[in-house]
Amino acid sequence: MKMKYDTVIGLEIHLELQTHSKLFCGCSTTFGQEPNINCCPICLGLPGSLPVFNRRAIELAVSVALALNSAVQQKSRFDRKNYFYPDLPKGYQISQYDQPLARGGYLEIEFDEESRRINLERVHLEEEAGKLMHAGDSIFDSSYSLVDYNRAGIALLEIVTKPDIHSGREARLFLEDLRTLLLYTGASDCKMEEGSLRCDANISLRPVGSTALGTRVEVKNMNSFRAVEMALNYEVKRQEEILSADGHIIQETCHWDEEKKETIPLRGKEGSSDYRYFPEPDLLPLTLEASFIEKQSALLPELPRQRRVRFKEHYGLNGKEATLLTENRTLGDFFEAAANDYSDYRNLVKWIQGDLLYQLRESGKSVEQIEPGLLVELITLLNNGNITRPVAKELLAEMVLSGKSPHKLVQEKGLGRISGQEKLLPLVDRVIAENPEAVENYRRGKEKASAFLVGRVMALSGGRADPEELSKLIKGKIS
Amino acid sequence: MKLYEKTAADLGRLFQKKEVSAVEVVRSFLDRIEKVEPYLKAFITHTPAMALETANEIDNRRMSGEELHPLAGVPIAIKDNMCTEGLRTTCASRILENFIPPYDAAVVGALKRVGMPLLGKTNMDEFAMGSSTENSAFFTTRNPWDRERVPGGSSGGSAVVVSAGMAPLALGSDTGGSIRQPASFCGLIGLRPTYGRVSRYGLIAFASSLDQIGPFSLTALDGALLMNIIAGYDPLDSTSLPESVPDYPLGLEEDVKKLRIGIIRQNVSKDFDPEVTAAVMKLVSILEENGAEIDEVSLPLTDYGLGAYYLIAPAEASSNLGRYDGVRYGHNAGGDDIESMFSRTRGEGFGPEVKRRIMIGTYALSAGYFDAFYLQAMKVRTLIRRDYAIAFNRFDLLVGATTPTPAFKIGEKTDDPLQMYLSDICNITDALAGLPSLSVPSGLHSNGLPMGTQLTAPAFQEGLLFKVANFLEQKRDPLPRWPRVELPEGGLQ
Amino acid sequence: MAIDFAEEVDHVAHLARLTLDWEEKVRMAEQLSKILETARRVQELDTTGIEPTAHVITLPAVLREDLTRPSLPLNRVLQNAPTRQKDFFRVPSITAVKQVEE
Repeated sequence: MKMKYDTVIGLEIHLELQTHSKLFCGCSTTFGQEPNINCCPICLGLPGSLPVFNRRAIELAVSVALALNSAVQQKSRFDRKNYFYPDLPKGYQISQYDQPLARGGYLEIEFDEESRRINLERVHLEEEAGKLMHAGDSIFDSSYSLVDYNRAGIALLEIVTKPDIHSGREARLFLEDLRTLLLYTGASDCKMEEGSLRCDANISLRPVGSTALGTRVEVKNMNSFRAVEMALNYEVKRQEEILSADGHIIQETCHWDEEKKETIPLRGKEGSSDYRYFPEPDLLPLTLEASFIEKQSALLPELPRQRRVRFKEHYGLNGKEATLLTENRTLGDFFEAAANDYSDYRNLVKWIQGDLLYQLRESGKSVEQIEPGLLVELITLLNNGNITRPVAKELLAEMVLSGKSPHKLVQEKGLGRISGQEKLLPLVDRVIAENPEAVENYRRGKEKASAFLVGRVMALSGGRADPEELSKLIKGKIS
Repeated sequence: MKLYEKTAADLGRLFQKKEVSAVEVVRSFLDRIEKVEPYLKAFITHTPAMALETANEIDNRRMSGEELHPLAGVPIAIKDNMCTEGLRTTCASRILENFIPPYDAAVVGALKRVGMPLLGKTNMDEFAMGSSTENSAFFTTRNPWDRERVPGGSSGGSAVVVSAGMAPLALGSDTGGSIRQPASFCGLIGLRPTYGRVSRYGLIAFASSLDQIGPFSLTALDGALLMNIIAGYDPLDSTSLPESVPDYPLGLEEDVKKLRIGIIRQNVSKDFDPEVTAAVMKLVSILEENGAEIDEVSLPLTDYGLGAYYLIAPAEASSNLGRYDGVRYGHNAGGDDIESMFSRTRGEGFGPEVKRRIMIGTYALSAGYFDAFYLQAMKVRTLIRRDYAIAFNRFDLLVGATTPTPAFKIGEKTDDPLQMYLSDICNITDALAGLPSLSVPSGLHSNGLPMGTQLTAPAFQEGLLFKVANFLEQKRDPLPRWPRVELPEGGLQ
Repeated sequence: MAIDFAEEVDHVAHLARLTLDWEEKVRMAEQLSKILETARRVQELDTTGIEPTAHVITLPAVLREDLTRPSLPLNRVLQNAPTRQKDFFRVPSITAVKQVEE
């Protein structure tokens, strides 16, 4: 009989904090610049240089910890993690070892319609390393590497989960929800493609029912949430095959190879490194007054889950709608601003999730660039019968592109609704005259034919006539 | 009296009174350097052009009537572990032999602002690890009082330049005695300030929780004047203290009558050279005659201090020296792969003592030994601080010998690192406690070598140390101002 | 019991990335055994309940404001680079690792 296994996954997430300057020096954190231009004696680790804390980095780190329900410690300490690597300017990384910034915490995620709590081990602050570029095709066959220290010293937050995750998909959902939360706090831009959010995973299997943890493998180099899911699924299969064949898992570090879609053991790195942590003598312990922590807590925005609940209760939205509007903080903000002036919330959501998001995608604009009042104005024009639905859609596109008010656009383009017999009848008469076949069909009982005729008149009116009014007029004429 | 024979304070006064120009002063020292330096080898790098340029500038500033610091135009030499922008800074190590810092250490910036011409960078034990300057990767500096003897270390070069009249002032750094011990061996005032009093920014680290920069001078007044320039809060050094800095020279003449003085039993040990201990007691009696209360005090942890120091300092050093990997600066030994490049670069670039300390420190921090060695040493450090806190409840000042013997012979201790370490035995515990400590000359040994007495005060009491040193300077039997450097040709200089 | 450092020398030298020749190793083993013997005396003291001192300063850390300052000009960043290529620091292969001698 084949043995069944449980998958046990713990994640380590690294997050570049969005500060102007680096964690310990005044160099800029701007991404994508020419190599080695954001460097100074401190972040280059020149002899004699010393670190000084960046207040903003501490504030952001505390706010993330609070958002994750992690207990921020009034006293925490910075330590040196000693190892040699060319991207590490000082031969050690300033990090936190046994007295981290925050302990514990959790994130609730929705998994298969159910709420799951993923517990956290800790949240701590450390400094980013430089960037290595490898000659040759990959890290495995390069004859030399080039080092750029622009990134070195950027404030990095490490979030470590407990081994609470049980599948690749769950890991991915966790990361997606975490990302949403982090974007709410404004602590990071969370761009995996630029490396401002990275994730390593520890994964092991154990026989169902067993409580002891199996030998774990560390997987690195997963450059998207999808890659995390795929790499972990791959590892589950690989480890399952080894264990089922009575083999042993080797504790090692692997690279996810995006091309080959497989994990490859990384040679050369010491299996179990001895980092010789000790308290960083150049930095005094970080003491956070209760008032400092309270202030960060007060500054924390409403978080996605709270907001989702409120949106459902207060605006009567369904789960799907509430999720849509909370996944993206700015979209939710847009909705709320619009909902101030317009009370048919469900209708508002329909406009947002349908036409607005479509037009934003088409135009490449972001929701921050759109004035919420304009959408309300547009819907009101439609509701009041000043414009027709097709015109409304057209105006929305126009409005997103130009930022002009729908009122103005209606006037400029003469897009107001055409109504009243005196204006519509000439058009109706013309269509009836030009389409005797359809008229005949209708008279024979084909209801559809009237819709065709309405469509023709609509086309003549440039969409400005009201289809209902037209339908009545046409039916009156030809019945 | 030649200019180079004068104290810094006198030179400053002459300059302010426009009796001499800074250029004249600098020239006098450059001439002296030319004469005696070949026999002493105190400098790693000479900067005569730079010194003259600064002197010229400060002369012009004086001419334009600008208000200047009392040490403006007075030249200085600094230990070669303080970064100087555009000027080679080697730490007396092969690994930094060609290193040109792109920035100035905080103290260097301060000296430049005052307008003190820089005469050069002085020799030292490699990365400040040593007690004799024999660990310099380049050459050994000789003691001007007896050229067969060491000047002490690690700031041996800085001590020698002041002692031999090659500069009126110098800066050194003290991690566990590296200012006080050479000051004692060369007959100078040498101060280790309170930890955090002087910015470490730009001081190439040996052991970060212990390193402090301090002055070498001929007189207490000169040291006080220099401390006024370098002491104070620096936002670039997180371990710099916000405490305000008193005007040290101003308090120099204050009364020292009612002092309660504790003689540290362990630092006047019967194992020490008896003349050294007798010289300490002589100075103590001068203070007693002046009304000080004298008693003995025991610091029983002194023995353990050495052990704690030789775990903590190497542990920090092993980490501080991790950055010398051949990637961004310094020696690079090449190699086909990164690991061999790292190991060869470091194997070739560091000298034997530095390697020893890196090895001890790495070991003390490594898995399985951390608790028994490093952590235990940190706890002993707490006990030592406590010892001092208790002692300072009873006393205003603690005294003892700076070193167990006067300067030893070149080569005498090079084969036995432990014996070498023991020459700092009196300087280690107060360093571990972060306290200010000053060595003041206490007389000449019958063999003609200077001896020192060490005064240790509570944190921030540098002013008291200068005051007592100044008082002793005036009351003790006069000492020869400095050695008459014996040149090989037989003439005396 | 005396500390015999001989067994540790290779391991520690590797951790510290120091190439030592045979003679150096022998001397190192002997000297470090002696030094550590002395250092180990700290273990004689009872430190139960004693907090370790990592810093002699008991003040809390200072925080600087999040303001950028000019970085070094590129030529100053690279002026000490032993091996550079264009505007990068160049290092040998990071994967072709020889086995550490035991």
